[in-house]
Amino acid sequence: MGVTFNFGEFAASRTICGDTLQAMGERNDKIYVMTADLMRTCSVKGCKKAFPERFINVGIAEQNMFGMAAGLALEGNIPYVTTMATFASMRACEQLRTDICYQNLPVRVVATNAGLTSTGGSTHNAMEDMGVLRSMANLTIIVPGDPNIAKDILLATENHPGPVYIRLARGKGEPVVYQPGEVDYKVGKAIETKAGKDATIIACGVMVSQAVDAANILEKEGISVRVLDMHTIKPIDEEAITKAAEETGIILTLEDHYTIGGLGSAVAEVIADNNLNCKFKRMGIPQLFPGFGDGPELYDKYGFGLEGTVETMRNMLK
Amino acid sequence: MADKQVVRELKDKAYQMRVNLMTLCGTFEGSVHIGGDLSMTDVMIAWYHYGLNVNPEDIQMPTRDRFVLSKGHGAVGMYIAMALRGFFDFDEILKTYGKLNSAYGMHPCKVNLPGVETSSGSLGHGLPIACGMAYSAKVKKQSHRVVALLGDGESQEGSNWEAMLAAHQYKLGNLVAVVDRNRLQLDDFTEEMMSMEPYADKWKAFGWNVVEVDGHDMEQLVDAIDNLPPTSSDVPTVMICNTIKGKGVSFMENNPDWHAGSVSPEDMKRAIDEITEAYNKERGEM
Repeated sequence: MGVTFNFGEFAASRTICGDTLQAMGERNDKIYVMTADLMRTCSVKGCKKAFPERFINVGIAEQNMFGMAAGLALEGNIPYVTTMATFASMRACEQLRTDICYQNLPVRVVATNAGLTSTGGSTHNAMEDMGVLRSMANLTIIVPGDPNIAKDILLATENHPGPVYIRLARGKGEPVVYQPGEVDYKVGKAIETKAGKDATIIACGVMVSQAVDAANILEKEGISVRVLDMHTIKPIDEEAITKAAEETGIILTLEDHYTIGGLGSAVAEVIADNNLNCKFKRMGIPQLFPGFGDGPELYDKYGFGLEGTVETMRNMLK
Repeated sequence: MADKQVVRELKDKAYQMRVNLMTLCGTFEGSVHIGGDLSMTDVMIAWYHYGLNVNPEDIQMPTRDRFVLSKGHGAVGMYIAMALRGFFDFDEILKTYGKLNSAYGMHPCKVNLPGVETSSGSLGHGLPIACGMAYSAKVKKQSHRVVALLGDGESQEGSNWEAMLAAHQYKLGNLVAVVDRNRLQLDDFTEEMMSMEPYADKWKAFGWNVVEVDGHDMEQLVDAIDNLPPTSSDVPTVMICNTIKGKGVSFMENNPDWHAGSVSPEDMKRAIDEITEAYNKERGEM
C-alpha cells in the first residue's frame, strides 16, 4: 500500500487487489478471502496473516471453494473467491450459477489471468469466460480498465447485494490509464477515457490503454476517436453506446476475449435491439486456440494489437 | 437408550409422512421422486422432529440448526416432513406442488420458499455448501449444527470428495453428513453402476467419524442423534443410513423403475392400505 503511480507507467493489479482485499477484510469481519492453491498468484498472502480464520485456502478444489463460498454467504458473510478466470468460469461454472447466482448471494469472484495474459497457453487463458458467464441471471460482470480502478471496483462493490465477477488480467505489468482516485467510479456507467466525435472505440480491461494509444495515433492524422472504457459488461451502459452510435456513427469494440460472447457481443446486442444506425466491428480473439506467447505478442499475431486496431479504424472511416 | 414414547410419536409422524407422500404422488399429474422420498422418510422425521433445533415460528432463529437437502430431488420429502413440523401447510403443497407460481417445486428453491436453508437439485452441491455454513458457525463461535442429507448415488460426484477433505481439514465437528444409502440411483443399483463399497471405509479414510444405522429403525436413528459428538468436537460425522428405496410400498421397494413416477388412484389406495396395515401391525405389537 502507499505506492503512487504515474500516468504512462505500469502497475500490478494483483498486488493492488490483494492489498485492497486485506484492508477491507481487516475492517469488515464479514469478509472472507478464499483461494484454491493460488494465494501467491492472486497476491492474497497478506490476508492469511491479517485474518487467518477468514482466509480459506481450499487446495486445488474449485468446485468445493465455490460451494463453500455459497454456504458462507448464506450465513451473512461476503466471500471473495480468487482463482484464475478459466477455472472460475469453467471448472466451477455450475457452482457459480446454481449455488451462487440462483440464490443471488453476495459472492465476489476475483478472476485473474483473463484473456491471453497468462502466458500459460490455452489451458490457462480464459478466452470465453465472459461468454460463459454473461447469460447468468443476477451476475454483475466487471473488467477493470487498469490496476488503479480495480481498487475502486473492489470498494464500490463491497456492499453489492448480488454476485459480482471481476475479471483481471495477469495482474502484473499492466498499463496504468487512470491516476488513483481520478475517476468517480460507478458500476454500470462507462468511462469516457478520451473524448472524440468521428468514431468510438469501446474497450475493456487491458485493451483500454491500447484503445487510447490507437486514438492518440489517429488524432495526429486529424481523426477524433472517442474511447469508452466499458468496465461493466453486465449490466452494460446502453446510454453510452447509444450516444456513441448517434454522435460518432462508428463503433469498434476491442477486448482480450473471443469476439463471440464478450464485450463485442454485448455492444452488438444493444445496437441491434435499439435499431442504432452505425458502422460496427468487433475485434478480439478469433475462433481458434492461440499458441504460446505473451498477451501483446498474441494480440499482434491475431490482428488486434495496436497496429491492427489503428488499421481497422482507418478502414471503417473510409 | 431412546425414549419409547418419543420413538412412538416419531413413528406416527413417519406413517403420516408416507401417507401424505402417496397422496401427493397419486394426486399430482406429473412425476414425483417417490422412491427416494420413501427411503428418506424415517431419517427426515428423526431429524426434523427430534434432532434439529428449529422453530417454525421463527425460521431465521440465529441459533437454529441448519439443514441442507443435498439430494434436492427429495424436495417433496423435505416439504412434507417440514409441514408436519409446522413450517408449511400440507394442503397447500398438495394443491400447488409443481404448478405455475408454486413455492413447492421438484427441487427446493430458497428464494421461493423461505424456511429452506439453500436451493438444491444439482447433485454434489450440498456438502460443499454445508461446509461453508459450518465453517462460518465455527468462526462466529456459534454452537448450532449443520446437517446435510445426501443421496448415496450422488456420492459419485467428485465435489463431495473435495468437501470431505475440507471438512476434515477444517475440523468441522459441527457438520453431520447423513447419507440415504438406499443402494439405488436413477438407472440401476449403485453397486452395479459405480460401486462405492467399502463405503463407510472411504469416509473413515477421509478422517470422518462414521456411524452406520438402519435408516428405517427409529430407535437406532434417535440413538445415533443422541450420541453425536458435541458441535465443539474436531471431527465431522457421517451417519450412513441403510434404507430401502420405495420403503413401505411393495411394488416400489428396491425396484429401479421407481426412482420417480406417478400412481393411479387405485395404486395410491393400495399403497396407503399397505402402509397403514404395516403401521397398525407394528403399533399393535408396541
